[in-house]
Amino acid sequence: MSYPWLVMIIIGVLTFATRISFIVLLERWQTPSIIRRALRFVPVSVLTAIFVPELLSPEGVPDVSLNNLRLLAGGIAMLVAWKTKNVIWTIIAGMGSLFLLQWFL
Amino acid sequence: MKHTQIVWREFLSGVKDELPILAGVIPFGMIYGILALGAGLSTTEAQAMSAIIFAGSAQFMLVQLAGVGTPALVMILTGFVINLRHALYSASIAPYTRQLTLPWKALMAYLLTDEAYAVVITYYHQGDEHKHKHWYFLGAGLALWGSWQLSSAVGIFLGAQVPPGWSLDFTLALTFIALVIPTLNDRASVLAAIAAGIIAIVAAGLPYKLGLLTAALVGIVVGLWGEER
Repeated sequence: MSYPWLVMIIIGVLTFATRISFIVLLERWQTPSIIRRALRFVPVSVLTAIFVPELLSPEGVPDVSLNNLRLLAGGIAMLVAWKTKNVIWTIIAGMGSLFLLQWFL
Repeated sequence: MKHTQIVWREFLSGVKDELPILAGVIPFGMIYGILALGAGLSTTEAQAMSAIIFAGSAQFMLVQLAGVGTPALVMILTGFVINLRHALYSASIAPYTRQLTLPWKALMAYLLTDEAYAVVITYYHQGDEHKHKHWYFLGAGLALWGSWQLSSAVGIFLGAQVPPGWSLDFTLALTFIALVIPTLNDRASVLAAIAAGIIAIVAAGLPYKLGLLTAALVGIVVGLWGEER
């Protein structure tokens, strides 16, 4: 990681600024509704953009075949996430199926 | 009841209500510590990140980007976009923190994570108005803060001893799946997720690892578009 301390401190300051923004400003400034609505899509967009390549292209290029064990294990994890809505069970299901697939295939 | 008794009661009930959430946070913190060392951060840097940034998903993402040699500016931009959601929490908490002094507001802001927000906003929405609810916030926030720092430290300690063959980096994708999938309850969110996923694959080759940022922005725009139709 290049310039780790600089990167950490800048992101730390930006995160703090984001967190304190409306707590300090709200009395003076009404948030445009487009911004409020856009913020709702930040977590889903960012997190999906991170995990999809981890499943589809674990080696750097897209691989939609039965050889791609992370895609299979990820699919199982998605079902468990939908059913249980629980982080721990999702991780256990995903890691468990990855280990089993690596063992048998 | 005396003032100190009320304050103490509020603080402890904040801690108590945060406890069930800690069961999910502690493994998350440990995995962060393990991955941070795997990505080449020193133990000091990995622990400092938990204290300075104090935001799980941003820390996971930074560790992942660090592992593939992403330029500092792109890491900063991406971290900023990921943490933008805290502005939502800030706006939603703001009406309840108006009477507080600036140092208190700053402390609340530092502690305003996803998990603290979830617990605190429920309490603020409960009917009875009184002047000591910020002590509840402090209790919930500090319980989470302490667990995050400690579980990161345990992960950092373990990180040195986990063999790479264990594929522990996969827990990052799994954690994000667990956070995203249950929120896909409406069409606009589903469209945002699909768009972000497709662009993340298509734009993977963009220079300076800008693919993630591009995919996130496209997802947000598509979500807004889907909501209007």
